[in-house]
Amino acid sequence: MNALAIESIGLIAPGLSGWENSRPVLAGEQPYHAAPIPATIATLLPANERRRTTATVKLALQVAQEAMVSMSLNNKHANHAGTTHPSSLSEEGNMCVRTVLASSGGDSEVLDKICVTLTEPDRMVSPTQFHHSVHNTPAGYWAIATGCTLPSLSLSAYDGSFAAGLQEAAALAWTEEARVLLVAYDLPLPFPLSERRMIVAPFAVALLLNPMTTTQRLTLLRLKPGEIQSADRLNHAGLEQLRTGNPAARSLPLLCAIAQLKTGSVALDAGHETILNMEVTP
Amino acid sequence: MAIKPLAITAYTVTNALGRGTAASLTALRNGQSGLRPCDFEDAGLPTWIGRVADVEDEPLTGKFAAFDCRNNRLARLALEQDGFAATVRQARDRYGTDRIGVFIGTSTSGIGATEHAYRDRDPATGSLPETFDYRHTHNLFSAADLTRRWLGLTGIALAVSTACSSSAKVFASAFRHMSAGFCDAAVVGGVDSLCLTTLYGFNALGLASTQVCRPWDSTRDGLNIGEAAGFALLEWAKPGDGRMRLLGYGESSDAYHMTAAHPEGTGAALAMEQALARAELRPAQVDYINLHGTATPLNDAAEDKAVLRVFGSNTPCSSTKGWTGHTLGAAGIIEATFVWLCLEHGFIPGTLNTRQPDPSLGAGIVLRNQEQAAQVAMSNSFGFGGTNCSLLFGREKT
Repeated sequence: MNALAIESIGLIAPGLSGWENSRPVLAGEQPYHAAPIPATIATLLPANERRRTTATVKLALQVAQEAMVSMSLNNKHANHAGTTHPSSLSEEGNMCVRTVLASSGGDSEVLDKICVTLTEPDRMVSPTQFHHSVHNTPAGYWAIATGCTLPSLSLSAYDGSFAAGLQEAAALAWTEEARVLLVAYDLPLPFPLSERRMIVAPFAVALLLNPMTTTQRLTLLRLKPGEIQSADRLNHAGLEQLRTGNPAARSLPLLCAIAQLKTGSVALDAGHETILNMEVTP
Repeated sequence: MAIKPLAITAYTVTNALGRGTAASLTALRNGQSGLRPCDFEDAGLPTWIGRVADVEDEPLTGKFAAFDCRNNRLARLALEQDGFAATVRQARDRYGTDRIGVFIGTSTSGIGATEHAYRDRDPATGSLPETFDYRHTHNLFSAADLTRRWLGLTGIALAVSTACSSSAKVFASAFRHMSAGFCDAAVVGGVDSLCLTTLYGFNALGLASTQVCRPWDSTRDGLNIGEAAGFALLEWAKPGDGRMRLLGYGESSDAYHMTAAHPEGTGAALAMEQALARAELRPAQVDYINLHGTATPLNDAAEDKAVLRVFGSNTPCSSTKGWTGHTLGAAGIIEATFVWLCLEHGFIPGTLNTRQPDPSLGAGIVLRNQEQAAQVAMSNSFGFGGTNCSLLFGREKT
């Protein structure tokens, strides 16, 4: 089976603000506290656009931005070629990569507003709400922000969305022999949908995948789908609650393994009674 | 080197023209539109729609009762046409239940169930009715989940949701998963059903026409929303199998605007060029293009520029939206099935309802059906968010 290097990671969730900050927590070296997510995220978007977009778009773009900037910084560092800043993201030619976005439910805040409007007598759906209602809205904003015309695919597989996204991204990276940015995100649904679909907290993660097994990597990944086993659980109750309470957080056993510099196997819950197995090597 | 071709070994389509491929073929041949003045639920909108008859009367029951909503009823109806489900179950016995992937495109899934639930909220608490099942109706994965369960498949399954390119991109996704060895065959498809969200949404954007849609017409003023479901079984082609093949695909992002297509059709042209490159075909080798052709003034103008740039004005092209309306996330798969029907039966469909082609548009628009044996055809699908996908199909050269 082909391998993939994970070159960089973007991460945001309560108490997990950025990959570098979170690494000691995920490695078990520091305690986990579910602190609120910072208010200003996704600074790649122009301020006026950032105000108009939803929490979902901002969460997805924040981790995409973090992963791309981090990769760029790593490469600059490796090349001793100076520094870069988040604001220069869109000007960086190598920031343009194929993307896969995975989310169980997309932007339920927008869908809730539309469904409320449709119960009102005149049903005046807001044009802005409607064009934000498509699942690929974050992908559209990301393409506009980066000026990147490479393909993007947005998908859902309910609780298996992260695993499906990882397989789609891996298959895309191998087929195209090119880097792929995987972004997985889900947010709590607003009431009353929250009564029928429990997502406990916002969680977004981005993995920059490289089909070349570069040494500039956090880990090397080999997917082994199809083998039956149970999914890895997390020792910390708070992190385990996140893992089972948000489809994007099904990625946590992989993130913990990377933080721990683990060599060995990881089993992720891939939804609908399936498991995605993989081997990791730092 | 051209991509390893995929064979389409079974397919089916259900839309406003009727259930199964024969209904679509007959209507395409006879120039009968499936469009009607909007009579969906209580939507009092002055527009036309492509509604599938009697979906209301066939609920999902028994162990599939949790999935019951318009979108999944439509999916089930389609799966049972043309012997499609039976053919997939035979393939399942050959490949194994976990070796056939499921890739289903949808834009709005079963949001209609949520619309109904919001109407029936508890007046005191605001809660949704107990009968509402978000996971199996509204969630984007529900039609893919129904499909895998209906067919008894246990391997990779996902919903592609990139607005109106969704069920074109499922072909590219399936190709990649098969190439990576994640599955040995694939059920691809698309399902989107009428709902108030899209009817009122497109109306709010001023994109829903009050007449039948007229793609490429000088008086075109918008689209008609339709609903449809279609499915195909993809297996690696074998020499001499005589099957229809996926020869190439191209995908791109506009990186321009959330709803407006790039005015120069840049992204659309990229998708078409990539499909040609993957198939190792020159533009002149393509005999027919099934356009996205929604009949909104700007979309058709942008696609026209893209077609002109890649193909010039001689390649015959048409939009079949005048038969079915714009079926959004199902448009990719149903227009792929139209391409296969036309290639198999030796005709190029015209552009129904269009009377006077817009003189400012230059693509080789075909107004009336032409009897013509085509070998290779392209299907275009473009969506909100600037997502573009072009597919190339053809028979094995003999």
